[in-house]
Amino acid sequence: MGLGFNLLLRHTGLLSFGHGAYFAVGAYTVAMMGRYFPGLYKMELLLPAAVATSALVAAVFGFVCVRHTRIFFSILTLALSMLVFALLVKLYYVTGGSDGIRAPIPSMLGHTFQGVRRPQFLSGFYYHFLLGIFLAATALMYGIINSPFGKTLQCVRDNEVRAEMIGVRVRHFRWLAFVISGMYAGLAGGLWSFVNGHVTPEVAHWVFSGEVVYMTLLGGFKTFAGPVVGAVLFTFLKLYAISGTEYWMLIIGITLIGLVLLLPSGITGALASLAARLQASRVGGP
Amino acid sequence: MLQVTDLVKDFGKMRVINRASFQVREGEIVSLVGPNGAGKTTLVNLISGHIKPNRGKVEFLGRDITAAPPHVRIRMGIARNFQITQLFQELSVLDNVRNCVFSIHGLSRHWLRSAGSYKEATQSARRILEIFHIAHLEQELPLNLSEGDRKVLDIAMAYALESKFLLLDEPTSGVATGDKFKIMDTIIGAIDRSKMATMIVEHDMDIVFDYSDRVLVLREGTIMADGKPQEVMQDKEVRATLFGIEE
Repeated sequence: MGLGFNLLLRHTGLLSFGHGAYFAVGAYTVAMMGRYFPGLYKMELLLPAAVATSALVAAVFGFVCVRHTRIFFSILTLALSMLVFALLVKLYYVTGGSDGIRAPIPSMLGHTFQGVRRPQFLSGFYYHFLLGIFLAATALMYGIINSPFGKTLQCVRDNEVRAEMIGVRVRHFRWLAFVISGMYAGLAGGLWSFVNGHVTPEVAHWVFSGEVVYMTLLGGFKTFAGPVVGAVLFTFLKLYAISGTEYWMLIIGITLIGLVLLLPSGITGALASLAARLQASRVGGP
Repeated sequence: MLQVTDLVKDFGKMRVINRASFQVREGEIVSLVGPNGAGKTTLVNLISGHIKPNRGKVEFLGRDITAAPPHVRIRMGIARNFQITQLFQELSVLDNVRNCVFSIHGLSRHWLRSAGSYKEATQSARRILEIFHIAHLEQELPLNLSEGDRKVLDIAMAYALESKFLLLDEPTSGVATGDKFKIMDTIIGAIDRSKMATMIVEHDMDIVFDYSDRVLVLREGTIMADGKPQEVMQDKEVRATLFGIEE
């Protein structure tokens, strides 16, 4: 749902294979607050806490990662997220190890959802709540990429050498983008924990981060709406593939190969170029 | 305003800049000439902070900036273009220049308002495009520009940094001969407006004669001659270096 975050990485041209880590930090922040500070288990505290902790972790990891670009950057993000995964599994007494931690329905602004069953909560109030947050987060991201800050990030992506020579501190900006992006992942993680009701280390695993990359590729990384479209399609694809066959990974894999070969700019990218071609043929036609 | 003293730069075992010393005074237009491989672009890179020297000193406005990172030098007033144009390919011509304006005014980190709502920055970017005669192209992507316009845009971006000292690395290379003087007139017109000191790396001797107050001749990483264009060109050794003529 909250996939606006991947966009920022597109805007600095850095491919992260470790976004699961910040997603996990957000989710675990929520679950651990429920476990250790039940008195603070309120939605209005949980989400800011999830964003804050993931920002902190992203700030530290980002400090290391932005020193590198391209494949080195991607591998580093992957390695660091696997470190988070290992910690979550090994620190059994703190994190519940591979069993994970339960994430019950929190109270919100004094209102408890006592007696409300999870499916009801999810399809009722929480659905609209998610939609609201998603729209707000998307609008904020849209604002960011069109601001001087966003434009400067595009400079860094387009031409690092020149960006430096117009006075932009390239690493600093990459780091800022990294932290913001981590915060979005943390928010998504926090929101997701209530959907699942249970938080396990798998979300920090690279397979999960890979899914995020997959979603963005599917939707198209050159357009604003790409990651969102990709996320929705991926979720449907996975759902149907899993319910239809036990070889669902094969289907996902084949789709990915087809995608890379046939639609390198993703679905939204393909639609955009199709629209451009139609327009061109109309202008050029009789 | 710029004082370079005994600058040395090695690339591996190759000594590219060998104890180069010179200065540039305020409001002066200095040409840097020399055969291919003499180290001209390396010198530009050293002054702009793109690379660091092995030894020697670079001072600007009385401050030692030998170890200063590029963004500090830019804030102090040193800007440069690139011989092979370095533009932001996926941003419009206006955005290319406006981002420079944001940067020099410390607005790059503002994220609450859209870039277009910064009226003053947008206006000064447009003014610069007008000075350089590319205002009609503001919505184009660099990709769709002619090589000459790309060169001019690259220089306009350096100019937008409101520098006191402008480094121009071969501003007319790759441009059709007929357009060279047109481009130089545009550039010099802009420089005259703001009275900035300028150092031009140039191959074309006609341009050197027409536009510069002083000429520095670089050979094998050392400044071998320094003076008024007419005087320097009288020197036999200089002629031999630049034109390969033995008299």
